[in-house]
Amino acid sequence: MSRPNRRADGASYAAELNRKRALNAAEPDQDENGGNVEKIAFGAAGGYDTDVYGSVRGGNKGAFDDSIGTGEEEDDIDTDAVSQEVKTQKKGSYSAPQKFIAEAQKTADEVDPFEDTRRKTIAERQSNYHARARQRQISPDRIDPYIDQTPDLRNRDYATVMKEQMLSEERKKVDREIADKAKSGELKDSGSAPDKKKGRWDEEEVKPDTLGVSSTPSGGRDASRPKQRLGFTAMAAEAATPVVARWDETPSHVAVGDATPSTVRHGDATPGAATPRRNRWDETPKGERRDDGGMTPAWGMETPAGGRGQDDIKIEDTPSASKRRSRWDLTPSATPAGSATPSGAGGATPVNFTPQHPGSMTPGGMTPGGSTPVGNLAMAMKTPAVPMVPMTPEQAHVWRMEKEIDDKNRPLTDEELDALFPPGYKVLPPPAGYIPLRTPGRKLLATPTPMGGAVGFTMQGTPERSEAASKMFGGLLESQPKDKDLPPLKPEDMQYFDKLLMDVDESQLSKEEIQEREIMGYLLKIKNGAPPQRKSGLRKITENARRFGAGPLFNQILPLLMSPSLEDQERHLLVKVIDRVLYKLDDLVRPYVHKILVVIEPLLIDEDYYARVEGREIISNLAKAAGLATMISTMRPDIDNVDEYVRNTTARAFAVVASALGIPALLPFLKAVCKSKKSWQARHTGIKIVQQMAILMGCAVLPHLKSLVEIVEGGLEDDQQKVRTITALCLSALAEAAAPYGIEAFDSVLKPLWKGIRMHRGKGLAAFLKAIGFLIPLMDAEYASYYTREVMLILIREFVSPDEEMKKIVLKVVKQCCATDGVEASYIRDEILGHFFKAFWNQRMAMDRRNYRQLVDTTVEIATKVGSVEIIARIVDDLKDENENYRKMVMETIENIITLQGTSDIDSRLEEQLIDGILYAFQEQTQEDVVMLDGFGTVCMGLGRRTKPYLPQICGTILWRLNNKAAKVRQQAADLIARIAPVMHTCEEEKLMGHLGVVLYEYLGEEYPEVLGSILGALKAIVNVIGMTKMTPPIKDLLPRLTPILKNRHEKVQENCIDLVGAIADRGSEFVSAREWMRICFELLELLKAHKKSIRRAAINTFGYIAKAIGPHDVLATLLNNLKVQERQLRVCTTVAIAIVSETCAPFTVLPAIMNEYRVPEMNVQNGVLKALSFMFEYIGEMAKDYIYAVTPLLIDALQASDLSAIRSIVRSPLTPSLISPSECTDSDARRLSYQRNVLEYLSFRGCIDALVHLLNHVWPNMLENSPHIIQRFVFACEGMRVSLGPLKVLQYCLQGLWHPARKVREPVWKVYNNLILGSQDALVAGYPRIENTERNTYIRYEMDYLL
Amino acid sequence: MAAQVTERFHVLAQLEHLQSKYTGTGHADCNRWEWITNQHRDTHASNMSHPGMLSHIAVVENESRARTRFNLLNRMVQPCGPPLEKSPLEE
Repeated sequence: MSRPNRRADGASYAAELNRKRALNAAEPDQDENGGNVEKIAFGAAGGYDTDVYGSVRGGNKGAFDDSIGTGEEEDDIDTDAVSQEVKTQKKGSYSAPQKFIAEAQKTADEVDPFEDTRRKTIAERQSNYHARARQRQISPDRIDPYIDQTPDLRNRDYATVMKEQMLSEERKKVDREIADKAKSGELKDSGSAPDKKKGRWDEEEVKPDTLGVSSTPSGGRDASRPKQRLGFTAMAAEAATPVVARWDETPSHVAVGDATPSTVRHGDATPGAATPRRNRWDETPKGERRDDGGMTPAWGMETPAGGRGQDDIKIEDTPSASKRRSRWDLTPSATPAGSATPSGAGGATPVNFTPQHPGSMTPGGMTPGGSTPVGNLAMAMKTPAVPMVPMTPEQAHVWRMEKEIDDKNRPLTDEELDALFPPGYKVLPPPAGYIPLRTPGRKLLATPTPMGGAVGFTMQGTPERSEAASKMFGGLLESQPKDKDLPPLKPEDMQYFDKLLMDVDESQLSKEEIQEREIMGYLLKIKNGAPPQRKSGLRKITENARRFGAGPLFNQILPLLMSPSLEDQERHLLVKVIDRVLYKLDDLVRPYVHKILVVIEPLLIDEDYYARVEGREIISNLAKAAGLATMISTMRPDIDNVDEYVRNTTARAFAVVASALGIPALLPFLKAVCKSKKSWQARHTGIKIVQQMAILMGCAVLPHLKSLVEIVEGGLEDDQQKVRTITALCLSALAEAAAPYGIEAFDSVLKPLWKGIRMHRGKGLAAFLKAIGFLIPLMDAEYASYYTREVMLILIREFVSPDEEMKKIVLKVVKQCCATDGVEASYIRDEILGHFFKAFWNQRMAMDRRNYRQLVDTTVEIATKVGSVEIIARIVDDLKDENENYRKMVMETIENIITLQGTSDIDSRLEEQLIDGILYAFQEQTQEDVVMLDGFGTVCMGLGRRTKPYLPQICGTILWRLNNKAAKVRQQAADLIARIAPVMHTCEEEKLMGHLGVVLYEYLGEEYPEVLGSILGALKAIVNVIGMTKMTPPIKDLLPRLTPILKNRHEKVQENCIDLVGAIADRGSEFVSAREWMRICFELLELLKAHKKSIRRAAINTFGYIAKAIGPHDVLATLLNNLKVQERQLRVCTTVAIAIVSETCAPFTVLPAIMNEYRVPEMNVQNGVLKALSFMFEYIGEMAKDYIYAVTPLLIDALQASDLSAIRSIVRSPLTPSLISPSECTDSDARRLSYQRNVLEYLSFRGCIDALVHLLNHVWPNMLENSPHIIQRFVFACEGMRVSLGPLKVLQYCLQGLWHPARKVREPVWKVYNNLILGSQDALVAGYPRIENTERNTYIRYEMDYLL
Repeated sequence: MAAQVTERFHVLAQLEHLQSKYTGTGHADCNRWEWITNQHRDTHASNMSHPGMLSHIAVVENESRARTRFNLLNRMVQPCGPPLEKSPLEE
């Protein structure tokens, strides 16, 4: 209250001060202090100074500051948040800083702190247009005319659907007329009282009432849609749908007030929800309650608003935000059950629940069979038919939170108190004079009286902590289906899967019900389950698809897909289910085609690429399953649907059908549609189908191009502007798809197109221009030139068009025209360039990203025609423009032109201008962007040696900027060095580079990691071009400085540093002492932990270089020690490093140490040794043959590790694979050898046969292992042996086991045998055993016995 | 962990799938007739496609190479005779 007053005071006071100041300012000695006036004007704050110090300043001017520099500090505070109002009264009132207030405000509305981390549902990220998908009705089944049975009367056939379509259209027309009339006042509203009431519900005019049709309360529909239309679509839908069929297709079990997967924006006045199926509301038996109950807060009633008995106390619409508080006020009971119950069936007021057994009465509506309400009120209320009431995700969330808090704050039980208190406490009886509260209000709320119960207060029993409660969902909802194998439900799933929560006796159910539950179970597994569960669910549902039948399956799947709480992953899975099921059901799917389309079509316009692909996949499978005729008859009615959304998606779906079934099949239909006289919508959609086909199928339209163009060409001269526009767009899509062929097909449309660009304006013209733009590249040179001249007149006229869309199209067409052969450079230069630069090369074009792109592309295209100088000369001065985006655009254009065309045309004058401009632009840049850097680099590289005269200036700039205060500037300078180092080398500016090197070296103490990374990158670039010997500072100084930097944890620093160190180790290792290298080795071990793979790889390679430089022994010792660490990644990297070291330093220097290390009785170490061996054999290639005998005993020992019974299972699984890899490697060598036909070596390698056979003898028993990992390795090892020992040897092993009585033996052996077949089918012929004939069969291969 | 296991299975499953795509491969439940029939076909194919082997057989059988080839081709159909009768045990 005091605030406004104070503010008023403050304002008057400020006014007073201002007046005084104005007087002062008038005095001559204040004049020179002109800024003073402004400073004070900033706020009332400054006013004091002038008054208090005014006299002092007069005498001793300059001795005091006339202002305290508060300005800057105050700027630091988040000024956006501070409203202007607060600023002006800052002086007047002291209160908490605004940001805290704002924060407190925010937390007041119960924001979910995990909001950001939560995965968004599809519905949440969709635009309004996309969201319309969920407003479509899943249409009832249709008749399948291709089966012999008598069609089910409830299903609709094509004629019915068409009739409905017409009817709804007519209705809409009448509706519109009435609306017009009503608007013009011709029609009087004869609304009656009940109409009024309804009107309040939807808060919109209920036009239908005037027609005498009773309207359903169509609550909470999307407000973005036109109002009258709304009422009517609902109506139409209802009228059009045969009742039976409608109920048929619902997931049926959900009854009463359910069905609201409510997409409603909360806070809507209407508690209803935007259901995809609206007409259910009339079924809700909650009418009377609603009528007198005021605004009941939604059906998930949070307030325990008592029944009608409590009319004296008003507890109406508690806003959801303050729900919690009001509940505490109202219910002294600890049982939130009543309160939180979203007891959907309006009448079920929680008061009626007996709170005596709060444990049992749990989840309000949620547990089937919650306690029955008693008492008067219960009689009045309707029994909720199904106890389950779905909640919106938000409600569920709020509810969960409340539940949790209530659980925590519930009164302690006697046992708990006993446990808490030390012995000696006792329970006192209540004082004799104690009279419980009897205020009517509280009493009413506190004690729901059971019928016939005692009047007055009864103490409530303490709620028990029941066993069940802990299991439940937030203690309230039960989420675990009765079948324990199923995954738990999410609250949003309740309405779909609630049946699974009920414990039922399967034998009591009908066959359909059992099936329904079965499908539901599978779907739940697929939707919420873990991967194995999903897999089995998917498999089961696919296997049984035909048994279930299409109806029961789709009746469950499709509503799930329409659910607003669906997430991407879930949608993907469900779509997959449809796909699999479709495949199985085949033509059974026909009656459900439209249903499926309604659900799947929206995927075609989804923003997610994969969703679009999936959608296409499904529709094309659907088309293949249902056949063309069904598809056409199903989708035909949607083609002239009044809703643009439906037409759009239908057109896309049709295009997919065309691609699935072939264009020719669809041509007659398309012809008919595009020539439709009845409605322009049909023509529009027909042409759109052709456009989408072109986009979807690309050059596959070529064979049918002629007929497609003929089909759509009529549209160019249509009466409807929209049709003409889409036709032009369609032609451009066709031309784009056909490029560079097919101009003949377009002959017939050229004339109308040319007439069109003269006739049209605005959007239509844009479409026509676009079409021409795509046609011109198809023409041969002569025509292209002619048509370009023709169209250019229009284009130049449109250059100045203010329309952004038009600008983009014009630019695109100019680009296409200029790119064609027939258009000559002189023409472009004389006729186009002037206008072009005048119209487009301005700062405004740089503002919009897409314009920017297009302009750069077009200009570069023109430059390739007219030469680089022409263009660069025109724009080079703009490098000094004051607008940074514009400078960037200029820079990017120049960069592209120079990349394409080089710099040979550029004369010295232009060269000077260019470098000057670039330097300016580079220095002036404020945005973090690579455009300038790239441009600078490209230009310098392009100029090559010609850069030399400018290098001192450039380096001067760089040096100055390296010293800049701003980190970004330093970073850019360092980055630039990296770019131009090669050019400096070509210009032989080694001295300059040396100087830069020294400066960079001095800056290695940089704090900002980004900058440090760039500096290291620059050093690396210099070292690379200048060489190790000439580098200044000398390598022996540089490297020790780098060692500590290796410790830096920033990725950019790590990467650049390790690259630099690696380069030095590779080429300049002799400049540094071995000790320093060892130090670096230790640091490198840490780098093996890096997340980035390139860093780890660089580190491993560096090990190799270092080992080469200083010998393997020390490095190896370090690495072998590192095998003892815990992290797997570290060990793996170490083994790789060991392998690399042994490769670079020859294996014999390393192998003894490695093999010795194997004796350490530690699993990790042994494992690491084996792994290192396997990598080593892989790297050293054919050299391996020398070491086979050496490592064989070690390998055999490892293969026999199974004897160590205790650790067998642990050791073997990781061991075996790595063991076997060495033999794998030797084989790959053998393979290579045999290919090289290097017979001599091959034979010498053959010398190892005994060792390999020995190994195989040890490998073979491993086939009995259980782990699939080992089996896999076993199979691979045998594959290796096949190559090195030859297939026959392995076949001999196999023959022992192929027909073994035990399947466990047979199975792995067959795997090996099959691999033999795959690899050496031919070679096996000689090795098959001789099998004696039987009476029935000849098994002997007599050809094998032939002897000559 | 579960993911890893399934992945491992996956590699094996892939291998099995690959194997099953080729004729001549077998499995733990195939019978000797199938196995040997494949051997015979492999043998014939091999003999036909190695010119040396073909000549060898032609000389031994005293036929022309083309005839030998033709004969071998013809014997690809049920090279070992009719398949085994299903034993009642398998039902």
